[in-house]
Amino acid sequence: MSLALSSPAAQPSRTARLLRRLRGQHAFLVGAGLLVLIALLAVFAPLLAPHDPYLQNLAQRTIPPVWYAKGSWVHPLGTDQLGRDYLSRLLYGARISLLIGVSVVIIAGLIGTTMGLLAGYFGGRMDMAMTFIVTTRLSLPVILVALAVVAMVGGSLWIVILVLGLLKWDRFAVVMRSATQQVRSQDYVAAARAAGASTAHIVLREVLPNIAPQLIVVATLEAASAILLEAALSFLGLGVQPPLPSWGLMISEAKAYMFFSFWLIAIPGSALALLIFAINLTGDGLRDVISPDGRG
Amino acid sequence: MIAYIVKRLGLALLVALAVSALAFFLIRLSGDVATAIAGEGARQEDLDIIRQTYGLDRPLVVQYLSWLWQTLRGDFGTSIYFKTDVSSLVLAKLPVTLLLGLTSLLFALVISIPLGVLAAVYSNSWIDRLALGVAVVGQALPNFFFALCLVMLFSITLRWLPVSGSSTWLHFVMPTIALGYYVAPAFMRLIRAGMIEVLSADYIRTARAKGLPARTVIFKHALRNAVVPVVALTAVQLGFLLGGSVVIETIFALDGLGYLAYQSITYKDFPVMQVIVLLLSVIYVLLTLASDIANAWLDPRIRVA
Repeated sequence: MSLALSSPAAQPSRTARLLRRLRGQHAFLVGAGLLVLIALLAVFAPLLAPHDPYLQNLAQRTIPPVWYAKGSWVHPLGTDQLGRDYLSRLLYGARISLLIGVSVVIIAGLIGTTMGLLAGYFGGRMDMAMTFIVTTRLSLPVILVALAVVAMVGGSLWIVILVLGLLKWDRFAVVMRSATQQVRSQDYVAAARAAGASTAHIVLREVLPNIAPQLIVVATLEAASAILLEAALSFLGLGVQPPLPSWGLMISEAKAYMFFSFWLIAIPGSALALLIFAINLTGDGLRDVISPDGRG
Repeated sequence: MIAYIVKRLGLALLVALAVSALAFFLIRLSGDVATAIAGEGARQEDLDIIRQTYGLDRPLVVQYLSWLWQTLRGDFGTSIYFKTDVSSLVLAKLPVTLLLGLTSLLFALVISIPLGVLAAVYSNSWIDRLALGVAVVGQALPNFFFALCLVMLFSITLRWLPVSGSSTWLHFVMPTIALGYYVAPAFMRLIRAGMIEVLSADYIRTARAKGLPARTVIFKHALRNAVVPVVALTAVQLGFLLGGSVVIETIFALDGLGYLAYQSITYKDFPVMQVIVLLLSVIYVLLTLASDIANAWLDPRIRVA
C-alpha cells in the first residue's frame, strides 16, 4: 500500500524520468554499454577463456596475436614471456580491475559519505574538523603513500584495496558535504524534524536518498581513478603480485620484451584505457543528467 | 585581508604538522623497520644492534618528536641505502623534479589554453570535438602506458630521443609530454567551461556591441576572466604532478625526487621515504596556501566568507 502511495500512476517516478533523459545521451549509452560488456566478460571469464591463465608453456613463449603472420587461432592474442595464453590472462585481469574499482569505492564511499553527511548536516565544529581532515588528506601524495605502505606491509590484492580505500575518500567527503548542506534546508527535512523523527532517521532516510545521485556520480569517477592507481602500483611492482593477471602487472612484466613484442604492452594498456574510457563516459553522462549545470 | 591571511596561515601550519605525523607513523606502523633493514630471517642480535644504532628501541612518540625536531632544524638524518645524509641527497634531486614539474605544467597549458578557448568560441564545431577527444583520451590513458608508447615511437622506432637518464634536455622531452598530457584534460575542461560562461556575460556583449574586434574581445576581455579559476587548479595540479613524477621518473630513470622516492621505497630506506612524503606534502600545502591568498586578493568576496 505504501508503494502505491509513493509512486502515483499519473506522475512518472524520478527514476523513470532520469532513465528517459539518460536514453537521450549518446555518450552515456556508449560508455555504459561498454562497461556492461566488460563486466560480462569478467564475470564469465572462466567460460570464455580458451586456456588456463596460469598455465605456463615454455615451448610456446611470446607467440604474437592472430593478426601477425606468425599468430594462430590457438592463442588469439598470443602468449606471454612464460607461454601463458594472453587472451585468458586479459579476461581474468578484467576481474581484478573491476574488483579493485568496486571494493575501493565501497570502502572509500563509506568513510567519505559518513564524514560528508555528518559535516554537512551538523555544521559548526564537526564541519571544521572535517575540513581539516580533508585538507590534510589532500596534502598527502596518494601514489607515494600507497607505494610506501604497500612496500612495508607487503603487496597483495587485498592490501592494495584496503590502502586505496583508506586513502581515496576525499572526493566523497567534499561532494557529500555540499550536497547535504543543500538538502538540509529543504522543507521535507524540516517536516521530518517537526514530526519528531530522530536525527539518525532524518540523515539516513531523508537526506541520504536525496543525495544518492551525486553519490553515484562520484563513485563512478572514483572507481576509474582507483583502477588506474592499482595499475600504476602493480606496474611499479608494489601492488598486486605475480602470478595474478593484473593489467598493470602484465605491462610491467612485458617491459623487458617491448623492443620485439610491443603488443605485450599494447594489449593490456589498451584494455585499461578502454575500461577507464567506458567508466568516465558513464560517469560524465550521469553527471550531466543529474546536475545539468556542470560540476556535481 | 590580514585577518584572512593569518587564519589561512594557521590552518596551513596545523595541516603541515598533521602531515608530518602521518608521514612518520604511516610508514613506521606499516612494518618493522629493523626487519626491513636486516631482511627476513635476520638474527635477533643483529636486529637489536640495528634498533640501538637507529634509536628504534625508544617509544615511537619519542622517536617522532626527535625526528620532527631534527627535521625542523634541517637535519633529515642519514640514508640507510645511500649512506649519505638525506638533506644533501634530496637537495641534489629536487631541481630535476621541479624542472620537470614546470615543463610539464607549461606543456599542459600550451595545449589546453588554445584548445579550450577555440572549443568555447566555436562550440559544437569540429575543433570542439577535437578538444573533447584530446581530453577524453588523456583522461583514459594510464600515464605509464602512454610513456611506454612514447618510448616505442620516439626511441625505438624513430630513434630521436634517449630512453633513460637525465643528462641533457632531450631526456626531459618524453617525461614532459607524458606528465603534461596527464594533467592537461582538467585544464582544458575548466578553460572551455569558463570561456563559455564568460562569453555569454553582459560585458562581453557590450564589448562586442562597441565594435571591438573579436580577437580583442576574446583575449583581452574574456580569457582574462576565464583564467582566474585556472590559478587555483594550477596549485592542485602541481601537487598532482609531483605525485605523478614518481611513476614517470621511474620509467625514464630521470634522476629526480620521484625516482629517489621509488628507490627508497624498494630499499625500505625509511629516513628518505619519510622526508620525501613530508616534503611533497609541505610543497602542496604551500602551493594551496599561495593560491588561496592570490584568489582572495583577486576576488574580495572570498575574504569575507
